[in-house]
Amino acid sequence: MTAPLNERPKGGVGDGFRSWWNAQSRVAQWAFGVPFILLLALLPLLNIPLLTTEGTNFGTVMAQFGMYALIAIGLNVVVGQAGLLDLGYVGFYAVGAYTVALLTSPNSPWNQTGEGGWLSSSWAWLACLPIAVAITAMSGLILGSPTLRLRGDYLAIVTLGFGEIVRLLADNLDEITGGGRGLSQVAYPRLGVAEDFPLGVFSAGNVGKTLNSGVWWYWVSIVLIVVVLMFVGNLERSRVGRAWVAIREDEDAAEIMGVPTFKFKLWAFVIGASIGGLSGALYAGQVQFVVPTNFNVINSVLFLCAVVLGGQGNKLGVILGAFIIVYLPNFFLGRTEILGIPVDGSSIAEYKYLFFGIALMVLMIFRPQGLIPVRQKLLTYGRELYVAARRRSKETAAPANPSAEVAK
Amino acid sequence: MSGPLAESVLALAPPINFNIDALGNLFWQLTIDGLAYGAIYALVAVGYTLVYGVLRLINFAHSEIFMLGMFGQYAVLMLLGFAPSGNVYSEGTLLTIVYLGIAVLGGMAVSGGAAVGLERLAYRPLRKRNAPSLVFLITAIGASFVIQEFVHYVLPQLTDGELGGVNAQQPIRLVAPEEQFTIFGASVTNITLIILTSAFLLSLGTDVFVNRTKFGRGIRAVAQDPTTATLMGISRERVIMLTFLLGGLLAGAAALLYTLRVPNGIIYSGGFILGIKAFCAAVLGGIGNLRGALLGGLILGVMENYGQVLFGTGWRDVVAFVLLILILMFRPTGILGESLGRARV
Amino acid sequence: MTRDDSDSAHDPGAVGAGAEVGEEYRHMSEEAFGEGPVGPIILDEAVTVDVTDVAPELADPEVVAEIVAPTREIDTPLGKPLVELRDVTVRFGGLVALDTVTFDINRGEILGLIGPNGAGKTTCFNAMTGVYRPTSGTVGFDGQVLGKLKRNQITRLGIARTFQNIRLFSEMTALENVVVGTDARHRTSVPGALFRVPRHRHEERDAIDRGMALLEFVGIGAKATEKSRNLPYGDQRRLEIARALATEPKLLCLDEPAAGFNPAEKAALMDLIRKIRSDGYTVLLIEHDMRLVMGVTDRIVVLEFGKKIAEGLPSEIRDNPSVIAAYLGVPDDATA
Repeated sequence: MTAPLNERPKGGVGDGFRSWWNAQSRVAQWAFGVPFILLLALLPLLNIPLLTTEGTNFGTVMAQFGMYALIAIGLNVVVGQAGLLDLGYVGFYAVGAYTVALLTSPNSPWNQTGEGGWLSSSWAWLACLPIAVAITAMSGLILGSPTLRLRGDYLAIVTLGFGEIVRLLADNLDEITGGGRGLSQVAYPRLGVAEDFPLGVFSAGNVGKTLNSGVWWYWVSIVLIVVVLMFVGNLERSRVGRAWVAIREDEDAAEIMGVPTFKFKLWAFVIGASIGGLSGALYAGQVQFVVPTNFNVINSVLFLCAVVLGGQGNKLGVILGAFIIVYLPNFFLGRTEILGIPVDGSSIAEYKYLFFGIALMVLMIFRPQGLIPVRQKLLTYGRELYVAARRRSKETAAPANPSAEVAK
Repeated sequence: MSGPLAESVLALAPPINFNIDALGNLFWQLTIDGLAYGAIYALVAVGYTLVYGVLRLINFAHSEIFMLGMFGQYAVLMLLGFAPSGNVYSEGTLLTIVYLGIAVLGGMAVSGGAAVGLERLAYRPLRKRNAPSLVFLITAIGASFVIQEFVHYVLPQLTDGELGGVNAQQPIRLVAPEEQFTIFGASVTNITLIILTSAFLLSLGTDVFVNRTKFGRGIRAVAQDPTTATLMGISRERVIMLTFLLGGLLAGAAALLYTLRVPNGIIYSGGFILGIKAFCAAVLGGIGNLRGALLGGLILGVMENYGQVLFGTGWRDVVAFVLLILILMFRPTGILGESLGRARV
Repeated sequence: MTRDDSDSAHDPGAVGAGAEVGEEYRHMSEEAFGEGPVGPIILDEAVTVDVTDVAPELADPEVVAEIVAPTREIDTPLGKPLVELRDVTVRFGGLVALDTVTFDINRGEILGLIGPNGAGKTTCFNAMTGVYRPTSGTVGFDGQVLGKLKRNQITRLGIARTFQNIRLFSEMTALENVVVGTDARHRTSVPGALFRVPRHRHEERDAIDRGMALLEFVGIGAKATEKSRNLPYGDQRRLEIARALATEPKLLCLDEPAAGFNPAEKAALMDLIRKIRSDGYTVLLIEHDMRLVMGVTDRIVVLEFGKKIAEGLPSEIRDNPSVIAAYLGVPDDATA
């Protein structure tokens, strides 16, 4: 029998918080969430002393964090939810970025922003977003259909191969992708054109001021993250999300219980790819210069680190993982003292892969479930049950204690 | 294929040179050189395939074991008094063989030791906890990073800048490539001969070891059915250590052969791509299948050469992945099938 | 984190691939990290719940039975053969696991399939549920011949099963496990779920309503929000049955559902099986426990070495000499 109530270890603060949060109605949750999101958005402007990075622009760092967070959410759908080992996720990122670049860079033979093209300069980037997502989704479909029937380890290697092939294609198809030179002058949203910002606030040339391009792109990424989280949340609390967890737990049993496993695995792949493509498009617009060297296996591994670190299957946890991956090295870069203690920040930042490697190994031994492995909600209308259960556990916890004393 | 068909293909894919003529002219040269390079892949592939066969684990860090072997043999040569330079030492045939032999032993020792250490430190704690395979994969990746960065940053500090660091080591070359004879118009150099003979001897030895000796039987037993093997008195832990050791030794030998072939290849990141390709070779031949790994390596080496001439230099690296995807789609168990332990579906 | 002592009652030979890999690991890692930064790591939120709090109508057993009852159209009339095995043979290489087995399962009955170990019961079972394709012979189901179908298609066609060694989704709660079963009858897919279309919302409501009713039906309603791996062994078996029922099967196959039960639990299980049948389901039962089989089944089929050696009412089977011989053996000096 399971331990009677009074012998179970009591939940801590985190547990109590979670149980309270789950009992709130959706409206209440939004009411609490929105100010929190606003606070996060304002971080680069608040210039908090220890938090703000010294060696690099905080706005840029947060923009990069926003991109990685989006990627982590996408990869989480594939790896954390459906349990598919994907080591080539950077490939989808690259497809998204290159789609935008190919359609809008003057160097590209398929440029549509010049004469005769059907993209206008100011809205080009926004118009390319859905195109990038659609094309990346298709590539996910093409990659997934033959390979998702393979065993887990093989899938990992094939996806790794895919990531590398995308990079090598970008590198070798010189006349289309510019090869190693890359594609420059990629479109970005031309908004906020003013005297101070002749090229608009989103231009990569907008640096140095408080409201630099990094901050603006950070805000764009926050918006995208919230939207994507909503959609992914809807999926989690539906038949689809439950199918993913079932597949992850015991694929054969899931199949026998009537879950069309192949179909939903493919969907996971395609959705993950779409989100990766979205993030790639974001990246292309932000740096306005796309080169193959960024889309290597190391980055695929870093994305995986973010997901594993944050807590697999937890879409908020992986955002934290992304934050750690992006922020920590930048925190040390250029920093020469912390709270008065002299520190060689730049050297520590250099060692980042060494630390990540050690962290991964140690984590896998001692806490493989990640930092915040919260069990996700799988039912759309489960709230009433959680409330009833919480009420019940409060009722039964109190009288249980005296009987424990008596029993001793 | 020439004329209009070739032209239309060229029109479709401008950056790919469909250079059939060159392939025809250089065919035997490419084949001989490809076999030599492929032999190196084969030796590294054996490490992957043995570990996978026994543990169902893709040891991502094996590429770094290979890299350590390169540094190991380099360090041994330095200890023997050689200094890195652009020129080739010529010590005479007998002495060169002796020096190379010592270097290869050094490389093998470093690789073998690192492999066993990796198993102890990284994988054994996970095995004790019955971790799912994703966890092993992530640990392997982590270990790969750690070893690379160790050589990248820590080793220079330990050796006063002699070993490791950002840049590639200046090569210590003992053998200058000299043509020995020709076959079908292809020139066979001394380096090619060294590589092919050593690889052949090592492969033969490994094959005999795995298929004919008591220890090899132990490996095959644990690969097929660990529980029963334990019941038969075979120590699973010993067998696993032996498997890693064997893979490491072969990778160390491959490392020396590689430096003969590619003198500028000694850098902390030098193992990575080669490792991935060697793994592709192992899958090509049949993962878990010893002879499959050898066959896969040779095929990969040759196909890469053909691909490079046929399509252009930049496409060389793509060959491995394309072959991988093709074999996984049409014959997932590989050319020779999985046999070290029967495939558990 | 406690795990039930009656774990040892699980069939040690059978391996549930996904569910058991990492079990130890999960426990070990949670124990290894007992105290988290904000207190002990408890990932569960609640223990028991009173479903009538949320769905008051479930307090009435008749209402529960009505919600749980199957609603799908079944072509075969009551009493007529729902499943027809005709000369089914299954070969694995040189081994003949089933040899021209022929019998019917009538709609609305509880059929027992028994035989000594290695008789081919599980193979027969797997052949019927689509896990193995018969080397020869046909399996007819509700008027159609079962052809080459994927396993999830067979379930959606109407054959559900439980497992000899429990294969629940351990990270999910009891209710969520059952809802995965109800999902098999739903049609919402990704676009519908993304935008929460009316069909999705309707099906989700239905999932929870039916799910809770099913849990009440099998008797574990109070444990709806408990993680399935924290449930005691008996409750896990019931949950498996509830999950199988959730797929609204035309035929429910129970594979050794009483393994590891004490007599009281077995009696309760017999009541549950009868209750399932009264609700309108057809049940195929594989069991070793003779008293259970004799007590609850309408007819029995006996297999030995892959062949059917007897078929009939429990009273007939009990006295059948070849059945007795199969289980107890024949003395050396007697001829068969």
